[in-house]
Amino acid sequence: MRLIVPLRGVIQGRGGLFVGSLIPCCLFYFLQLYLKRRRPPPSDPTELPRTSSRTNLFSRGNSIGRVRVSSRAVPVAKPSDSPYYIGLERVKTDPYDRIKNTDGIIQLGLAESTLCFDLLQRWMSENLMESMMQSDDGEFNISSIAMYKPFEGLLELRVAFADFMSRIMGGNVSFDPSNMVITAGGTPAIEVLAFCLADHGNAFLIPTPYYPGFDRDIKFRTGVELIPVHCRSSDNFTVTVSALEQALNQARKRGSKVSGILFSNPSNPVGNILPRETLQDILRFAQEKNIHVISDEIFAGSVYGDKEFVSMAEIAGLGEVDKSRVHIIYGLSKDLSIPGFRAGVIYSFHEDVVNAAKKLMRFSSVPVPVQRILISLLSDVRFIEEYMTAHRQRIRDKHIRFVEGLKQLGIPCAESGGGLYCWVDMSSLLTSYSEKGELDLFEKLLTVAKINATPGTACYCIEPGWFRCCFTALADEDIPVIMERIRQLRESSRS
Amino acid sequence: MGLPLMMERSSNNNNVELSRVAVSDTHGEDSPYFAGWKAYDENPYDESHNPSGVIQMGLAENQVSFDLLETYLEKKNPEGSMWGSKGAPGFRENALFQDYHGLKTFRQAMASFMEQIRGGKARFDPDRIVLTAGATAANELLTFILADPNDALLVPTPYYPGFDRDLRWRTGVKIVPIHCDSSNHFQITPEALESAYQTARDANIRVRGVLITNPSNPLGATVQKKVLEDLLDFCVRKNIHLVSDEIYSGSVFHASEFTSVAEIVENIDDVSVKERVHIVYSLSKDLGLPGFRVGTIYSYNDNVVRTARRMSSFTLVSSQTQHMLASMLSDEEFTEKYIRINRERLRRRYDTIVEGLKKAGIECLKGNAGLFCWMNLGFLLEKKTKDGELQLWDVILKELKLNISPGSSCHCSEVGWFRVCFANMSENTLEIALKRIHEFMDRRRRF
Repeated sequence: MRLIVPLRGVIQGRGGLFVGSLIPCCLFYFLQLYLKRRRPPPSDPTELPRTSSRTNLFSRGNSIGRVRVSSRAVPVAKPSDSPYYIGLERVKTDPYDRIKNTDGIIQLGLAESTLCFDLLQRWMSENLMESMMQSDDGEFNISSIAMYKPFEGLLELRVAFADFMSRIMGGNVSFDPSNMVITAGGTPAIEVLAFCLADHGNAFLIPTPYYPGFDRDIKFRTGVELIPVHCRSSDNFTVTVSALEQALNQARKRGSKVSGILFSNPSNPVGNILPRETLQDILRFAQEKNIHVISDEIFAGSVYGDKEFVSMAEIAGLGEVDKSRVHIIYGLSKDLSIPGFRAGVIYSFHEDVVNAAKKLMRFSSVPVPVQRILISLLSDVRFIEEYMTAHRQRIRDKHIRFVEGLKQLGIPCAESGGGLYCWVDMSSLLTSYSEKGELDLFEKLLTVAKINATPGTACYCIEPGWFRCCFTALADEDIPVIMERIRQLRESSRS
Repeated sequence: MGLPLMMERSSNNNNVELSRVAVSDTHGEDSPYFAGWKAYDENPYDESHNPSGVIQMGLAENQVSFDLLETYLEKKNPEGSMWGSKGAPGFRENALFQDYHGLKTFRQAMASFMEQIRGGKARFDPDRIVLTAGATAANELLTFILADPNDALLVPTPYYPGFDRDLRWRTGVKIVPIHCDSSNHFQITPEALESAYQTARDANIRVRGVLITNPSNPLGATVQKKVLEDLLDFCVRKNIHLVSDEIYSGSVFHASEFTSVAEIVENIDDVSVKERVHIVYSLSKDLGLPGFRVGTIYSYNDNVVRTARRMSSFTLVSSQTQHMLASMLSDEEFTEKYIRINRERLRRRYDTIVEGLKKAGIECLKGNAGLFCWMNLGFLLEKKTKDGELQLWDVILKELKLNISPGSSCHCSEVGWFRVCFANMSENTLEIALKRIHEFMDRRRRF
């Protein structure tokens, strides 16, 4: 992150000569270090491998050296320098509570919805025990939930998911349960796909701004790189084929092998719904370059605007291109507000990918009792209809209030029709129209206004001043509080 | 692992390439270990509906103590155990909770359960517990953290066939075997350790740790205290890690016969010694709940705990499961009774099968733990080779309709050994299996 941020400055011509010469030197140094570590240790008689000799100087006298972790583990434990995670951590230290802590930090940085908890709670209290414990003969039988079951998910669950997904995505697309693998959440779903579609060192193209969590989900263990494809507000941050083409060519020149394109639709953090034509363009581009397409559709059921959501599965089904390159990610964390349950989906048209993913589910499968609850929940068509209608309506209402509140402060938002957040243009509050200005504002929002919103930098947005604000865990009364705090922040910075 | 360079990586013409991980066969599901399962799936034994079907003796699952769990779950307020102590409003926390730290109450319950299993001889700090969706995930996660691609872990043979996949597939790490044999009941010797280490060095492979299973799978025997001390000493001298997979620790027939590496470490103050030790545990075997997907890494190394926690995002335990089990595992009266009765029942099963095999003229390794016994059929082999062993395995599968696991799938360096599971069936079924073996041995004696 620290390297990328000044690099952007260089690309935009704002970095200057100093940064322009410093970066290549740093890269060269890191390259040397990387190459040195990759060289296998020579067989030498001492018991300590040579690469650790520097850190074990103190141990030459006494025989015990400090044992080390792998080099790939090292970055994982470091405290994150991304504002996305920093903000989340800060809220934990002083969380806002309507009654008990009215001066606390209001959380707008986590895309979660509590708007329909009343409905879920009612369903759970009426159905949970029964759905989990019952077996075929009606007797409580622990073996039905205790024993090993296929790691890719019970067939009944995959059938229920296929049906559910078809319903919420408009009913124009149908999903085949045998192309589906159930995962312990969206996080392992994306990682497993990355493991299956790309080798260590390969890359995915990804339109910006993008969900900050992808950096960890994809890079932590797979070694797959993410190459940003910059989108602009003038296109409402919708990716274009020319941008994809340019990014791919630049990657090839650098010697990077691009294995696929990853994008979210509805998009996170912007919240726009990709038009049918854009999806077709992306797929044709992928076909031409013979790469994969991963469509993260985890917010598909959280569509509240007028634009129609179209799944990439529908486009793939049109038969224009080889659909075995198309893969979809889904999950219940956003649309059904149950991230704690850990239920995600990999849907792929490629038989070998489905087979590999099935085997990899041994590392991330959903517990059987939870599967039984979900089968019952997703098959309760009447409830799902009621829930999805309320879910969409309540997001829409909240969205209108939130955006209106901002509008009255003269703060515009990008056009969005899905997701649990809006993409807010706070550039009018920036002291300088730059990344630094944006990060300063992020800090002020956090410490002075006591609001955690995710700055565009954390999402690799190329235009400064944009912030993602999640509003679906807010009560109506919280919104004026937020707007007042922003107003006061603006007043105090003017003076 | 590893592909011949020319292998096609896309399965149909013109088509898009997949990764090495996706096309490799490191998942191992083409081995006999899994082929036997397929035969079972196609023709499963059922006491009433299919009495001549294949009896599954290749799956280490514990079904002997289900009644204890059922009674507990029925007796205690089910609503309470579902939601945690807050009742239905607890749903909110349940639904949203996806913190990789894991529920504190659940970690405390796991720590207390692990202490009870070890008879209080070691203490566990709940803050050192990292939760994963099963021990499979725990072993893989630890491997990612302790070793880089092309590094190696030393693993004593015979070992659980799943390790080939769990430790190597996505991680790119190699396994170098520590050869053990029946001359000393397959215990690990310092010479075998040195030899394995040297083998790795000669191949220019960096060794990052030793991974043992204690009690051992497939041997069904605990690792002696002296061996554990030697192991730790070896790891200190080579400056490498020690991972002890103690997934069967609650299935030791006599508690006094089990020494956990935690006990050894308990009395050590030197951090540089302690911090190389990591323990893997799970509720799949001792509690018979593999379907719940609950595993844990317990590490004495702060950095490993921190790293494992973050990486556990890929394999979180459902909040629902944590809530359900937290109250059950912290109910000490229940867990004490469960552990005691479970041990006793497993011991009786073990005695039944070993006696039954002895009557048929078959000897087993002297075991004291686990859900299986390690049976010696070397004397039945026509050819004392791996092929000979697989031929015999095939005969047992096709003629006796018993699926057992051949030693070669466990990388055993001696041919003729087989792992036979006994805890995943009723006592009647076990009797039927023994009867089939008797009849088979009788037939053979006549020729």
